[in-house]
Amino acid sequence: MMTHAIELQDLHKHFGKNEVLRGIDLTVDPGQVVCVIGPSGSGKSTLLRCVNMLERPTRGRVYVKGVEVTHPDVDIDAVRRHIGMVFQQFNLFPHMSALQNVMIAQQRVLKRSKGEAETIARENLDKVGVGEKCHSLPGQLSGGQQQRVAIARALAMNPDLMLFDEPTSALDPELVGDVLAVMRKLAEEGMTMLVVTHEMGFAREVAERVVFMDGGVVVEDGNADQVIGDPRQERTRAFLHRVLHPEG
Amino acid sequence: MADQPKTAEPARSGLSPRKKQQISRGVQYVVLAVALIALVLYADWGSLAQNFAKPDVASAALPDLFTIALRNTVIYAVGGFAFSFVLGLLLALMRLSQVRPYRWVAIVYVEIFRGLPALLIFLMITFLPLALPGFQVPGGTYGQGILGLGLVGAAYQAEVFRAGLQAVPKGQTEAARSLGMSATRAQVTVVIPQAVRMVIPPTTNQFVALLKDSSLVLFLGVSGEYVELAKFGNDLASQYANATPIMVAGVTYLIVTIPLGYLASRLEGRKRRVG
Repeated sequence: MMTHAIELQDLHKHFGKNEVLRGIDLTVDPGQVVCVIGPSGSGKSTLLRCVNMLERPTRGRVYVKGVEVTHPDVDIDAVRRHIGMVFQQFNLFPHMSALQNVMIAQQRVLKRSKGEAETIARENLDKVGVGEKCHSLPGQLSGGQQQRVAIARALAMNPDLMLFDEPTSALDPELVGDVLAVMRKLAEEGMTMLVVTHEMGFAREVAERVVFMDGGVVVEDGNADQVIGDPRQERTRAFLHRVLHPEG
Repeated sequence: MADQPKTAEPARSGLSPRKKQQISRGVQYVVLAVALIALVLYADWGSLAQNFAKPDVASAALPDLFTIALRNTVIYAVGGFAFSFVLGLLLALMRLSQVRPYRWVAIVYVEIFRGLPALLIFLMITFLPLALPGFQVPGGTYGQGILGLGLVGAAYQAEVFRAGLQAVPKGQTEAARSLGMSATRAQVTVVIPQAVRMVIPPTTNQFVALLKDSSLVLFLGVSGEYVELAKFGNDLASQYANATPIMVAGVTYLIVTIPLGYLASRLEGRKRRVG
């Protein structure tokens, strides 16, 4: 049996009385690109954050490459090393240059030498198209450039899979394309990706599967063209109609 | 009366608001002029100059004023500041710790040392050898002064650091943890450096406060080569029965504190611009 890249079993998450996830079962296979869509508050970001345990599930199990990360004895830092994460707000370290942002975890976590870390950092910054900005501080970069540096920072750790939490939601519309282009390139290279997004065009073109969530459950899970182009569930249809025709 | 509509009754005096403002300003100038004239007429300038600004007494303060007194003030202040910086950071981290007893210790420390007069702490330090026979504060007089200033300063600096640490967005820790850094590594590499940058302006003010509080070293019974500015001025003033050395010491404090104050507000301004 092939090991899933990610497997969620009966995942529940409560914040106090608020039940954000109500029993999620989901698998992502190696090399797959899966987009999670749904209205805000549907639990999609929480689901993503449970994969690398930034949120601790209230109940249920999470497996990453066959390792149960919800197990109390697991070394979560070691697991996270292999899971890249990209945040809506970029979360670059503002006191470090772009290059240092990409180098620091390589040096401190993977114990790579300074020279090796710098070579790998430059490769990845070039790859996402911000190589010439490597000495700029995050505050001197546009949102699109910052998000691409953040992607390079995650890639430099040689992750087995990448989590994207609404990576383009905080960007000015004209900067969205650059970030999506980088993500598309990654997908073409065979990276396993779980992407929470509102970019329906991207989901349809790049993702193999689209998962529609609402109210803390998976409402529909299937082929991207089918879920976005011909949804089976009424709730999916209503959501997509609101997103694709915002003015009715 | 309250029922009567308040028609914009023309001011009884018939003065426009602008005119009123002019009169108000004129009155303020008159009061100021009267106060100045009174000062000039009634103050005994000769006696004042004789007691507070006597050139030969002032010159007697040199060069020890700088080579001993100011130097020691700086030693006490810098030493106490370094002590309070380290202890303050430790207390702030304890205050934000997941471990409840650490939080309690930090809270109790801060409340006690912020609530007590600094002078009382210094007096207690002088009694330490009595309370703990055989105990000596390392570093002698310098050590005692630095300990007193450090203990008090740490309570304030802890609150400064706490505010700084809490001002670092949660996403910073999450980004660091998602890269595989341990909680401690994330604090050291990502959170603390940002917090320290944020608290540079209030920390500069903290240093100025410590520099002034170093005058309390007076109560440790220091003498000779250990005296700082206040004690130095006070001793010379007694010796000459003249207040000039205290004035001289005061001016020396201001030479240091005023530029530091400006520095702090400039850093504050820059921080606001950079965001």
